[in-house]
Amino acid sequence: MTIHDQINPESNQSDKWREDARRAKFHKRRKRFLFAVANHSVLIAMSAVFMMPLFLIVVISLMDFQQASRRAIWPNPFIWHNYIEVFQAVPFLHWTLNTLFVSVLTMIGTVVSSVPPAYVLSRLNWKGRQTSFIIILATMMLPGQVTMIPVYVIFSKIHWIPSFYPLIVPAFFSSAFSIFLLRQFFTTIPDEISDAARIDGCSEWQLMMRIVIPLAKPAISAVGLFAFLGSWNDFFGPLLYLVENKDLWTLGIGLTQFQGIHHVDKNMMMTASALFMLPVIIIFFFSQKVFIEGVTLTGVKG
Amino acid sequence: MTKALQAITSLVRPRRKAGAISDSHMDSKRRKLHTPWIFIGLCMSPWVLGFLFFTAYPMIASFYESFTRFDLINPPKWVGLGNYRRMFFHDQLFWISIKNTIWISAISIPLRICFALFTAWILTKPKRGSSIYRTMFFIPAMVPTVAATMSFTYIFNPAVGPINRFLESIGIKNPPYWFLDPHWSKWALIILGLWGIGDTMIIYLAGFLDVPRALYEAAELDGANSWQQFRSVTLPLMTPVIFFSAVTGIIGSFQYFTQAYVASGQVLDYSHSMYFYASHIYNEAFANYQMGYASALAWVLLVITLLCTYVMLKTQKRWVHYPNGSLFK
Repeated sequence: MTIHDQINPESNQSDKWREDARRAKFHKRRKRFLFAVANHSVLIAMSAVFMMPLFLIVVISLMDFQQASRRAIWPNPFIWHNYIEVFQAVPFLHWTLNTLFVSVLTMIGTVVSSVPPAYVLSRLNWKGRQTSFIIILATMMLPGQVTMIPVYVIFSKIHWIPSFYPLIVPAFFSSAFSIFLLRQFFTTIPDEISDAARIDGCSEWQLMMRIVIPLAKPAISAVGLFAFLGSWNDFFGPLLYLVENKDLWTLGIGLTQFQGIHHVDKNMMMTASALFMLPVIIIFFFSQKVFIEGVTLTGVKG
Repeated sequence: MTKALQAITSLVRPRRKAGAISDSHMDSKRRKLHTPWIFIGLCMSPWVLGFLFFTAYPMIASFYESFTRFDLINPPKWVGLGNYRRMFFHDQLFWISIKNTIWISAISIPLRICFALFTAWILTKPKRGSSIYRTMFFIPAMVPTVAATMSFTYIFNPAVGPINRFLESIGIKNPPYWFLDPHWSKWALIILGLWGIGDTMIIYLAGFLDVPRALYEAAELDGANSWQQFRSVTLPLMTPVIFFSAVTGIIGSFQYFTQAYVASGQVLDYSHSMYFYASHIYNEAFANYQMGYASALAWVLLVITLLCTYVMLKTQKRWVHYPNGSLFK
């Protein structure tokens, strides 16, 4: 191991080194390859576990009642007709339209009413800002059950039960969670941009509408998406406010309440469940990036 | 309560550098001169009105109603502490629901955290294709709760469901009856919860990816193997995120409703094995129209939630590690 050996590549010693190095590299590569195989096998197995219920739901939804109750593994024959019949067996389209109506209005209401508070809480300095923000965070932690009963009483006094109003109107009074999420994003926009615009004579309104909102598109779409999905998946609100009128039922209520009243084959309810999930999963595929960024933004990040 | 709030604000308040103090001071002074109060008032008005109508007034009202007998038709009648006395001494279902809720949170919260940690950690491993796996792990979290629960009661149905058929085929003689068996129904709900672990997993994944690479390199130079690296580098840096999800998990578990309601509606849960605290509030309020009693239950829920949060904040000093010391003082 002298310097001479290192300089002179012809020597035996350095040949041995090179051989060792090659072997080590080979070992390392093989180890890495084995690790990759192990990782991917675990991941594939877990993906299979996560996907299995969805797969089973689709499989069962394609069986007829006889097949399902015989515990068939595979639909034979495939009853594609289920997906048409479900619209006749239950008022599925009607429920879907109801759900869509509530979800879209909730989404609009939440976005429109949450952006301005988030803006003034993050982009302007004013007395009481911190206090307001603390109160907003506190309401976020407040269990809904504490306010649920008096709110129900108010809505019943003004004869809004059963109707869509109790589900939609509160959305237009901003949601603490959306304000929080938007504020987190707004604070990351550099102040210099606002200052420059102010010097150019931009009013606060213009600043919000023309500069901050366009820059915050990812956060705003995340908030809109969460509001939409939250409303689409909501069960408790419709359970309180819509159950009494069948014409107003949303998908969630419809699926759980319909069986009690009418006789529907259980596997037909699986078809309906599959159709209930489908739009959400499609939306997720198109908005994955927005969605995951949004979830991350709500996590613990200073 | 104030402590918890302080902790959370310190969490979200943008950190300032020491040198910037004088600067921001000037800034606020200058702005104070032209604080656009009208604009601020207009912008805050939806939230202020919403807060008054849907939070402040209802809180006061439900606190008052918790001391009354109130059936929605007749005006509330004052009964003093009667509702609370009834809850603690005369209401068996109250204790059943408390027991069930504690049981499921004690098992499902740690289990969820471990499972989410594992799924997120394994997602950081592969060089390629991790986004495909991430998508597949996340999709179940998107499935509407009602649809997921209804499907699970079917899939786990001992008579027609494929799960027990599979268990029998691999040689398990008497597979559990899951939702139909009071001893197994909570486990079925826990499995349903673990299936939708996606959103917690995404937060953990972001936490894992935030760990500075330099720390791993330093650990590697010190000769730490990968388990030691996970144990002494990754895990300590993840404790704030884990802490956060533990707190929200505990708060959430006392509001656990939809899954239990849908599942017990599907299988007719006579033994109350899936009867949780939120189900009790719902039943008292909207099945029995005992609005006053339900309000008292809700206030007990609030106190329990605050106590749990307080205890968690107290214990965190022992195990939560904040790298820059500025989060959660």
